[in-house]
Amino acid sequence: MTYIAKPKLRHPGIAVNKLGFTHRDYEGSISTLCAGCGHDSISFAIIQACFELNIEPHRVAKLSGIGCSSKTPDYLLGQSHGFNSVHGRMPSVLTGANLANRDLLYMGVSGDGDSASIGLGQFVHCVRRGVNMVYITENNGVYGLTKGQFSATADKGSKSKAGGSNMDSPLDLVSMALMVGATFVGRSFSGDKAQMVPLIMAAMSHPGPAFIDIVSPCVAFNNHAGSTKAYDFVRAHNEAVNRLDIIEPREAITVEYAPGTSEEVALHDGSTLRLAKLAADYDPFDRIGAMNYLQSRAAAGELVTGLIYMDSGASDMHANLNTVPAPLNRLSEKELCPGAKGLDAFNAAHR
Amino acid sequence: MPAIKSINDFVVKFANVNGSGSASANEMFARSILRMGVPVASRNIFPSNIQGLPTWYEVRISGKGWVGRRGGVDLMVAMNPQTWDKDIASIDPGGYLFYDSSRPIPLSKFRDDITVVRMPLTEICNAAYKDPRQRQLFKNIIYIGALAQLLGIEMAVLEQLIGEQYKGKDALIAPNHQALRMGHDYARDNLAGICGLKIERADEVGDRIFVSGNDAAGLGCVYGGATVAAWYPITPSTSVAEAFAKHCRKYRVDAATGKNKFAIVQSEDEISAIGTVIGASWNGARAFTATSGPGISLMQEFLGLAYFAEIPAVIIDVQRGGPSTGMPTRTQQSDLLVCAYASHGDTKHVLLLPEDPRELFEFCALSFDLAERLQTPIFVLEDLDIGMNDWLCEPFVWDDKRSYDRGKIMTAEDLEAGKTFGRYLDVDGDAIPWRTLPGTHPTKGARGRDRFAKYSEEGAVYQDNMQRLLRKFETAKALVPAPVVERAKEKAKCGVIYFGSTTAAMREALAALAADGIHLDTMRLRAFPFNDAVTDFINAYDQVFLVEQNRDAQMRSLLVNECGIDPARFISILHYDGQVITARFIINAIAERIALKKKEAAE
Repeated sequence: MTYIAKPKLRHPGIAVNKLGFTHRDYEGSISTLCAGCGHDSISFAIIQACFELNIEPHRVAKLSGIGCSSKTPDYLLGQSHGFNSVHGRMPSVLTGANLANRDLLYMGVSGDGDSASIGLGQFVHCVRRGVNMVYITENNGVYGLTKGQFSATADKGSKSKAGGSNMDSPLDLVSMALMVGATFVGRSFSGDKAQMVPLIMAAMSHPGPAFIDIVSPCVAFNNHAGSTKAYDFVRAHNEAVNRLDIIEPREAITVEYAPGTSEEVALHDGSTLRLAKLAADYDPFDRIGAMNYLQSRAAAGELVTGLIYMDSGASDMHANLNTVPAPLNRLSEKELCPGAKGLDAFNAAHR
Repeated sequence: MPAIKSINDFVVKFANVNGSGSASANEMFARSILRMGVPVASRNIFPSNIQGLPTWYEVRISGKGWVGRRGGVDLMVAMNPQTWDKDIASIDPGGYLFYDSSRPIPLSKFRDDITVVRMPLTEICNAAYKDPRQRQLFKNIIYIGALAQLLGIEMAVLEQLIGEQYKGKDALIAPNHQALRMGHDYARDNLAGICGLKIERADEVGDRIFVSGNDAAGLGCVYGGATVAAWYPITPSTSVAEAFAKHCRKYRVDAATGKNKFAIVQSEDEISAIGTVIGASWNGARAFTATSGPGISLMQEFLGLAYFAEIPAVIIDVQRGGPSTGMPTRTQQSDLLVCAYASHGDTKHVLLLPEDPRELFEFCALSFDLAERLQTPIFVLEDLDIGMNDWLCEPFVWDDKRSYDRGKIMTAEDLEAGKTFGRYLDVDGDAIPWRTLPGTHPTKGARGRDRFAKYSEEGAVYQDNMQRLLRKFETAKALVPAPVVERAKEKAKCGVIYFGSTTAAMREALAALAADGIHLDTMRLRAFPFNDAVTDFINAYDQVFLVEQNRDAQMRSLLVNECGIDPARFISILHYDGQVITARFIINAIAERIALKKKEAAE
């Protein structure tokens, strides 16, 4: 939330995408988050992904719950409709919005308090229902707006800024998403833009429930020694399973990493996802394998990042419900109301 | 005590065990009387259970067309030993007891002021059938056959109903006819002349239909253009969602492609259900949920959001006994306040109060127009009595000239033409702002809380908006269904206010009171907010009876609070035991108080 509008000045040499939009056209209001907040880097990555994908900004609907992360949709895609819903309940609102109009792109932005604590039920059910969306959690293990309480993703033994230790077991949203049927699952780190941007792009091109958990240190309340969601800790324990690169018909995004073995996957919008494998035996199309790998690396104290799982034959809730191809919100009265004639049979059957 | 003699005006109550197959036989009994042109009203009184607990089915037969509960029982069909004592005690003096006399029952278990009709049902069944399940199911049909003979119901009518019920399973028709005949013949040969209650063919039903409210509600949502339904199973509202699905399969499947022009989501809970409704409505679809009291409690936070963010939503609340789990299979009108003021903070919500399935059908269709016009949640408050019982009501009608009111939605063309768009700006003076749907316009459609939807925590901006919401509620007064006022034939000193399912019993009570010289002007409330006619009505009398089915006189609180009326002006008549209110209860309550007033005046 902000009341500070951005200045309209822009550099004359600013890059323009295929639709003629500049990066600025994908931005929102000025962020009011703390300086250095990981969430702002994620917002930037989303903006970059939408720019690269040549998405019309107003064809995205961005939905969120409550918390620092849920404020961020205001800082991106200023021409998109946003819905700042109630705490932990964004998934149900997104589900309804998607049912009403299947033609828009749905982006849910949430946090660990919003999705793993109060909203765990909605998160799980929205994913298992197969809603076509990109669901991003900006995961810092802590409640920022209420100043530093642990969330359900805080690791056992991690220390709060005030000195207390979390003694509860952590919830891993990535494992959970895999378990309940997400057809695209990734994890990234807000300090790793090169990984985030193609991951978000691939998720946005995915025609089913896509989930990305992004570890995003809270500079105010969870970036100290003893925290497992701090910048230093994540950098030291990050194990990327692959490097991603979306190849647009136009040009590829620069990759900063030399690929080892690589694999190309055609995405639904015609672009290609190139996966460069870092872990030799990692197969992102094997759901059970992905679950095993995640657990074994977690046991070794490592945080697996990258594209963890993708089902290239995914479908969505509308397919399950067998709805008409036209958005339901565009059906006319004539198509919806059976009229006086329709009542004759009903009345006759009840005599 | 002389035995009651009555033609086309009595109450038959069946006491059964649930899960025994009695429900369809009993319903056939009620329908057969309707087919003979005699109005009936039937009510299921059932436990929150699938098999083995007591259940009752009460049929009011009324040649005059009263479709509420009368109170009392003239003929008890006692098929459940568990409830024997209570069932025998509930028979009116001079009434009749029909029971299965296969096993001896001590004389002390009977009353001497009733007529006992004995039929060895189990013996007859055991002799006729070997299979235990057949013995059970046909027993129900056999007693219907016997009752038909006792009461004079035409066998041809029952045989036709059996034919209709088993259409497509024709092998079942002949054995059912046979069982029916078995019961009939036994009564003819052994019980002739014992019963003074008779059904005589009449022409009082006309083209009316016999339908349950929840079925009507589901159909109303189809007619109202709902495309998204999200719901969580809860008695007594579950059958609303099921009816919507059934009617959608009939009316909303694209003939060419087989694709659905609707989406139904069984949510993980009621919070999710209302969230989905709000999300769909925000995005321009007509959406609803159906629930009952506990669901309304869960939805509170979201309802405040929909009120404040001004998002349409339709909530069909089938009220049951509360609080907490309360009595899930019993009826009440006890969600008035929790709906009218749902959520934290300052809120007010529109309530619609249908009297029967026909009006429920209309109000459900109307609720989507109101929700979109007013951009706010609309509650359709029915109850278990309307929802889960079959009611005799006027056939449903639809005016093809009517068209949906989609409210103030600004299009891309409007925005291009330079129309001013402020999401919370009152441009028309009715305090209803314009909205855009997501995806409408590349640069002009999406834009917090000031009049132009910029984020603000300014006190003045907040108050300005809250005041506009109050003015919007004023606008609602003129849009919701007006109350129905009826003047007594003679000048009345008192008024009476009632609403919802109480109406049926009220009509009978008013006629009886008038026959006793108690004349009352009446007002049937049909919606909240109350328009000025409500206040005017109340102010015209020294005292006004207010009949409602809850403990705390919730409607009185609402009237006192919203219309600034002195609480002492109301005399509350409250019925809240979970059973449907009866005409006799209302008659007695009002007559007693009138007598008391007369006595006080004389002293």
